[in-house]
Amino acid sequence: MHPAPSIVVFTVFSGLGLGMVFWAGLGAGPDHGAARWWIAVLALGFSAVGGLASTRHLARPDRAWRAFSQWRSSWLSREACLMVAALGAFAIYAAGWTLGGVRVAALGWIAAGLALATVYATAMIYAQLRTVPRWSLTPTPQMFLVFAGVGGFLGVQAAAALAGAEVAAGWALPGLVLAAGVAVWWQTEAAGAGRRSAGSDIGTATGLGRLGRVRLFEPPHTGSNYLLDEMAYRVGRRRAYQVRLVAAWLGFLVPLGLALLALAFGGWLMVPALIAHVAGMLALRWLFFAEAEHVQAFYYGLR
Amino acid sequence: MTSLPEKVERKMGLVIDLDTCVGCHACAVSCKEWNTQGYGAPLSDQDPYGADPTGTWLNRIHSFEIEPEDAPAQIVHFPKSCLHCDDAPCVTVCPTGASYKRVEDGIVLVNEDACMGCGLCAWACPYGARELDRAEGVMKKCTLCVDRIYNDNIPEEDRVPACVRSCPAGARHFGDLSDPGSAVSEMVRARGGMDLMAEQGTRPVNKYLPPRIRDRHATAPDTLRLADLAEPEAKGFLGWLDRALERLG
Repeated sequence: MHPAPSIVVFTVFSGLGLGMVFWAGLGAGPDHGAARWWIAVLALGFSAVGGLASTRHLARPDRAWRAFSQWRSSWLSREACLMVAALGAFAIYAAGWTLGGVRVAALGWIAAGLALATVYATAMIYAQLRTVPRWSLTPTPQMFLVFAGVGGFLGVQAAAALAGAEVAAGWALPGLVLAAGVAVWWQTEAAGAGRRSAGSDIGTATGLGRLGRVRLFEPPHTGSNYLLDEMAYRVGRRRAYQVRLVAAWLGFLVPLGLALLALAFGGWLMVPALIAHVAGMLALRWLFFAEAEHVQAFYYGLR
Repeated sequence: MTSLPEKVERKMGLVIDLDTCVGCHACAVSCKEWNTQGYGAPLSDQDPYGADPTGTWLNRIHSFEIEPEDAPAQIVHFPKSCLHCDDAPCVTVCPTGASYKRVEDGIVLVNEDACMGCGLCAWACPYGARELDRAEGVMKKCTLCVDRIYNDNIPEEDRVPACVRSCPAGARHFGDLSDPGSAVSEMVRARGGMDLMAEQGTRPVNKYLPPRIRDRHATAPDTLRLADLAEPEAKGFLGWLDRALERLG
């Protein structure tokens, strides 16, 4: 699949922003003048960056408003509705918190629940596609939720550090250890998942497999087309191992080291920890698309 | 509404005979010709006369080679367009309500005025039947020539999809696949009509008739030993010459 920058930025930053909404909604982060502002503004800001990036992927963004209509059947539509609901609830919660200094716990929990549901819906856009075994046969929703949770926690701590407030770096450690474990698993197990198949091959795609070995003799056209540029697009698969390694280090191991150091040298280290984590997540999400193989490619003798 | 209908009244679709298709691409050309001028946005081309031409087509003709274990290889021409699936995954993923499946004839269509060009339906389709038009920014797909098949303004023999009308080999057939007595259903039964990628669970309406098993004659060339034929072992004088030349290095 073609790793469009718009979707990579969208899923990483909306995951980060909604992760911050989740933790801030549950009451994480220091209840302190400037920290409230930093947390609220960064959470909404990251989510907005992600949301805006997603419209860059549309050929007709002027019709994006129609995406709120099909929540009964479409995960993409559900995601759009949940995103607006989560950010709306959090905006009210954040207004009360920053302007009035009051944390309305019930409203925060609602925003947190909606944020989790939004990340789940985002993941299901990919996980529902049987045509892409890489996404439907691996625990895509679990990965998206874990990564959003870790990013959100780091985001809240970094925002607190920027405000000069007390940082709960120690609390980041278990989350980071858990996520690093997931990343290491990803490194070893999921490396093969990209090649996993739902039983489709060029033989079932053409129905000719029972007659003998099938190969493409002549493609339908000499140039490229939308299908090849989008679904059968191949880039960087040869370097997948290295990209995943860099992503595991930047995304989890470097932030883990920085969080440990923050216990001794001060909370400001959570800011570079967040930056490293986001860089790692961008690499990992790019790979999520670049490694994914679509069954349509069988018709072109590819995979 | 992008939920699939619980039941369709008819299942209009195509039966494509892989035994008869000669791979002439006439169906693809007439499809492009008809559908670029009638229903919805035209099927655009980008850089059509330049070095890197691309374009939107609703029907594309692949050619495959089958290599049986014990017989010569065989070429199969393979037209591919929308299969108008019963469980069309492209319809349910649509966030805007642009994609839908009609109750009256089971045809899967796109309301181009509501499409925002997100491309998710093309991701959901296992067959590559949907292409985003790069000029108009909306999803294009086979309409089963919905503007021909019910069109009273054209002669009756033309009220079939353009691809069916233009096929010089009679490899494409149009009809109601929900009616067990229809000519297309007959054909599917007689020839073992098959679903493409049945394991994807899309339950396509269009069926493909597999190529018939070819006669096998004892005198047929054995493709497995073509390499031997290219360099026959020389005997007699030629054999002596061959060995002598080899000695020269």
